Amino acid sequence: MAEVNEGAAAPSARSDYSRYPGTFKPPAILIQRAWLRRTLWIAALVWLVLALSTIEVNWVRVAEGMERGWRFIKGFLTPDFTSRWKDISAGLVESLTMTMTSTVAGVLLSVPIGIGAARNVAPSVVYYLCRSIIAVSRSLQEIIIAILFVTMFGFGPFAGFLTLTFATIGFMAKLLAEDIEDIDESQTEAVRATGASWLQLINYAVQPQVMPRLIGLSLYRLDINFRESAVIGIVGAGGIGATLNTAIDRYEFDSAGAILLIIIFIVMLAEYSSGFVRKWVQ
Amino acid sequence: MSGPAFRSTHTLLEVSQLSKTYAAGDKALDDVSFSIPAGQVVGLIGPSGAGKSTLIRCINRLVEPTSGTISLSGTNITGMSTSELRSVRRRIGMIFQEYALVERLSVMENVLSGRLGYVSFWRSFTRHYPKADVQKAFALLDRVGLIDHASKRADALSGGQRQRVGIARALEQDPELLLIDEPTASLDPKTSRQIMRLLLEICNEQHLPAIINIHDVVLARQFTERLIGLQAGRIVFDGSPAELTESVLTRIYGEEDWTTLDHETEAA
Repeated sequence: MAEVNEGAAAPSARSDYSRYPGTFKPPAILIQRAWLRRTLWIAALVWLVLALSTIEVNWVRVAEGMERGWRFIKGFLTPDFTSRWKDISAGLVESLTMTMTSTVAGVLLSVPIGIGAARNVAPSVVYYLCRSIIAVSRSLQEIIIAILFVTMFGFGPFAGFLTLTFATIGFMAKLLAEDIEDIDESQTEAVRATGASWLQLINYAVQPQVMPRLIGLSLYRLDINFRESAVIGIVGAGGIGATLNTAIDRYEFDSAGAILLIIIFIVMLAEYSSGFVRKWVQ
Repeated sequence: MSGPAFRSTHTLLEVSQLSKTYAAGDKALDDVSFSIPAGQVVGLIGPSGAGKSTLIRCINRLVEPTSGTISLSGTNITGMSTSELRSVRRRIGMIFQEYALVERLSVMENVLSGRLGYVSFWRSFTRHYPKADVQKAFALLDRVGLIDHASKRADALSGGQRQRVGIARALEQDPELLLIDEPTASLDPKTSRQIMRLLLEICNEQHLPAIINIHDVVLARQFTERLIGLQAGRIVFDGSPAELTESVLTRIYGEEDWTTLDHETEAA
């Protein structure tokens, strides 16, 4: 064979490696220039020191806060489910409704947008359009969207439903698009070679490959939406968050504790069951 | 189906002056011309990167040729619009190196996907194929020895079984031509020979022409009646296996001890 270096052929015969170098230095992986590397380190350190030095701590206020915090924790440890149960259950039902409807609506809308945002199946005009929809949805935080929708449609769960649907689109479509871009192209090629139309290609080559992830992500989003429904309720978008906010405003920390425990329980339940379903759909 | 006595010898596939230059500037195919009469099985040999894959993908336009023409039974494929392309692709069956089955679909759905070029989206979406298509799919699965595996998921099968499903899918298209891309590269020597034998049997039964892209010279010699040698995108040999001498192999693959290579491949 022409490729083999004859001189290096049999080192075992006489273990004489002396003509090879005995040291080696691992190359700098990220930044090759030493001065730039050092400058960046120093800059980061200066920023940290400056940031730390500007934090002001009012210790009197902290002492007061400790007292309030302790009352909150005590309420949390002695949760009161009964005295405000009507408010709590109404809030819960509202939240669960919001969660379910917004997840379904969000997933249904995010499927076409996700397909459109996958470079390997969408034409470039559609690709850029769908990518910008995703970018807008992802760049706006749920709270900001919730405030906007509450202003537009008034207090209550409808604003919450719209907020969570909007947020779901950005999340699902982006992750779905990335999954579509990662599919095994040989399967797509084979289906295309049969003379399949674009829709058939999506149905036969893309869908089977991304379905488990789509189901997994939808369930994951379901539990994110439930948690978010508690947060956006605080700015007026209804649900258990609104109930929680009212309880805290009234200093009813034992009811607030009960609400938090219920949220934790439902999120854990969703977490556990989604893990189970994800394993099952593989 | 016509018997051997009625076999026509008209030109089925005509490739002329085909060139392909990729966007990066690599010239994959350079002025390639050949024609295939009905019923002929051609082995396409050459080293990796010679353009074998590009050539067969140009024929059903999975790869867009830069220049030149391809015609199938007189229809010019290269000038076709995307919508016309669908009707010509369904006339060309393709079999792949890594089987390229849709892993999470059943064996039956994979075979029936060979009808996608014929049925409406709604029919394919609901898996409600015409009765004749389903019957043909079962018959083909029976032919390749997998009728008991019809409702299994494709990823539950072994390599050789998957390639048989790939063959059934291609035949489900009622193809006029088979394009076969390295059918045995992922299989062991014994299964390779079984698959090649099956392919050749089917081609002979149906008087079906095929281009088999294959780097294993021994297999190519053993199973095909005509060999085309590709080297750096150009045809450097076109003849019978008997004409494939050592000097020709050197022209295609470069300097190497061919007797030893043959021996090694045989023993593997």
